[in-house]
Amino acid sequence: MSTVEDVSAPQQTTAKPGKPALSEGKRAERRLGWLLCAPAAIVMVAVTGYPIVYSIWLSLQRYDLRFPQQTEFVGFANYAAVLSDSYWWTAFGTTVALTVVSVAIELVLGMTLALIMHRTLLGRGLVRTVSLIPYGIVTVVAAFSWYYAWTPDTGYLANILAGDSAPLTQYLPSLAIIILAEVWKTTPFMALLLMAGLALVPDDLLKAAAMDGANGWQRFIKVMVPVMKPAILVALLFRTLDAFRIFDNIYVLTGGQNDTSSVSMQTYNNLIKGLNLGVGSTMSVLIFITVAIIAFIFIKLFGTAAPGSDKEGKR
Amino acid sequence: MGNGKGRGSPPGRIAAVLGASMMTAGLVTACGSEQGLTLNLYYAPEDTFQTVVDNCNAKAAGRYNIVYNKLQRGADDQRLQMARRLAAGDDGLDILGLDVTWVPEFAEAGWAQEWTGSNKAQAEAGVLPGPLATATWNDKLYAATKNTNVQLLWYDDRITPTPPATWDEMISEAERLKAEGKPHNILFTGAQYEGLVVIYNTLVASAGGHILSEDGKSVVMDEGAVQALEILKRVTSSGITDPSLTNMKEDETRQAFQRGNGAFELNWPFVYASYADEQPQDLPHFKWSTYPAVDPGVPAKTTIGGYDLAVSSTSKHKPEAFEAALCLRSEESQKFSALNDGVPPSLEALYTDDTPLDPAKPVDADDNPSMATAYPMREAIFAALKDPAVRPLTPAYQSLSTVISKVLSPPSEIDPQQTAEELRSKLTDALDSKGVIP
Repeated sequence: MSTVEDVSAPQQTTAKPGKPALSEGKRAERRLGWLLCAPAAIVMVAVTGYPIVYSIWLSLQRYDLRFPQQTEFVGFANYAAVLSDSYWWTAFGTTVALTVVSVAIELVLGMTLALIMHRTLLGRGLVRTVSLIPYGIVTVVAAFSWYYAWTPDTGYLANILAGDSAPLTQYLPSLAIIILAEVWKTTPFMALLLMAGLALVPDDLLKAAAMDGANGWQRFIKVMVPVMKPAILVALLFRTLDAFRIFDNIYVLTGGQNDTSSVSMQTYNNLIKGLNLGVGSTMSVLIFITVAIIAFIFIKLFGTAAPGSDKEGKR
Repeated sequence: MGNGKGRGSPPGRIAAVLGASMMTAGLVTACGSEQGLTLNLYYAPEDTFQTVVDNCNAKAAGRYNIVYNKLQRGADDQRLQMARRLAAGDDGLDILGLDVTWVPEFAEAGWAQEWTGSNKAQAEAGVLPGPLATATWNDKLYAATKNTNVQLLWYDDRITPTPPATWDEMISEAERLKAEGKPHNILFTGAQYEGLVVIYNTLVASAGGHILSEDGKSVVMDEGAVQALEILKRVTSSGITDPSLTNMKEDETRQAFQRGNGAFELNWPFVYASYADEQPQDLPHFKWSTYPAVDPGVPAKTTIGGYDLAVSSTSKHKPEAFEAALCLRSEESQKFSALNDGVPPSLEALYTDDTPLDPAKPVDADDNPSMATAYPMREAIFAALKDPAVRPLTPAYQSLSTVISKVLSPPSEIDPQQTAEELRSKLTDALDSKGVIP
């Protein structure tokens, strides 16, 4: 029972019957529909489309606020510069590593937490609220408390676990701390999304499986996970996109030292700190493309659907 | 019917009241601006600077009123706020407090107004040449120096009775102390940020080298620049620096020394006031000297810091802004700031000034300080300021600094020749705003 086919099948069938000639009334109705949604569409394009187009335009120029006289059109030179730069690829590698590892840990922990919360009998609302607290704390604030906790002398964690060394000054330890901070913050969010999926699993199915002699693990793998698949994929998509754009934790914890810079940090450094609009925009366009690819993979290849959309809801 | 509705309904009345009060508010401000205009000063937080502003406002006798808008604490944040607003053409900024490394950038970008005529003459009079160089770009003056700053070598005379004269001496002294099991670390700002660039720039200049050419347009990275890399590598790879060296900025360095975690500290003079506050019982042993030299017999050239005041090119009141800026950095103001806030003046005359804050009363270290009581280390500062190192003057300094601190981090992994090559190519890209900064 693969959801991939379930979701994609109706798309193909509904796309075709649109072709036959429409009646006069239908066409008027459609025109009215366009007119009614036009203002919203125009605002959307203005707000989201314009900046994207503008940054693509900027990325094709040498445009440095510090050298306003030397602005010129350079074609894809900025892309060549960024894509051949070791700093960019280091940051890209770091970002991908952070994303993959933190999302994987979050999925396992989030699933565990979701199962626990799902089965809680007493004070379910309270348990759910409490477990969401880390997600509610402003990332920068939480990051600062992690920063101090891992700084020798002032930090309890550094004093207990790191001995004489300063973990935030070394490559792997700082990466681990960044991942820890990310996981701590967003596991509850993951758990919440997964819990919504768990609610979809009918008890009857589980009971039937139990009757057939499936043990707990088999029931989880063969019954719960397939039913939950849409929820799991949505949770993964959201978290992967989020994790790829990581900025605040790194900004506070290491400031990008020791190669811990992410692509977003580096874009900030070039665009905002370096005032180099050309190279900075190039980087933001590249991030935009990467995010689009991630979303494409999830939606087209894994068949992730938006929450709540099913056969009937999807057009 | 429309009339009746408008008069009767509460929202209508509220709108009327609001409208009327807005009109009167408008009239009041209009009156205010007839008597004197407002000049917006954007400057880093400095404890007693408001008093300097108040004094200048009193002198202006109502012609203008300077409003001190405190910028953020972090230098990067200060630069960003001003740069962003100026790039957008904000005319609400009149006087800008610029770190000494930003003047070429603000000048080249067209955000700072050039100083000419008598304003220029006044801004240049009596200023030490090092600080003055930081306010100049392309042989034109774009700012007036407000204060300068220079790092010194700090030590504890119970551990080392005489300060080392060269880096070689300092390193072997630290190694000897380490062997004896005494505090031995050489403490300095080794984190990946501007502080590391300051140390490196000092080493380069002391070795007679150059990072950029004089005009700031091309990368040099000569013999001296390589020698500086060798020293940095030697200091950081022989176990005589703090384990958290690569996380240490100015304040961490100061704290490590105060905890007795080092024999030598390379830092700005603010550490003296902190030491006096926090460890007064040990203060008599807290000594200072100018930076150790690279080559014996050739005095070190130490990197200077400080702030300059520029007039924004978007300002609507430039003549007044120039006048106000001159007042804020006048001899009197600089002396007040030096005595109350500890920022070293950029005017030469103040280093030999012996009159206290209130000349009518006798000198008193607490209530009525003079340069001698507030700056016991003033001769060392002055000596360092006579022939200082200025950080490379170029509009791309921010990128340069980011690249240098990145390439030099961690300093223990420097490979002098190879690192020099890397700096040469990355800095060339940064100057052409082509390369990516990390």
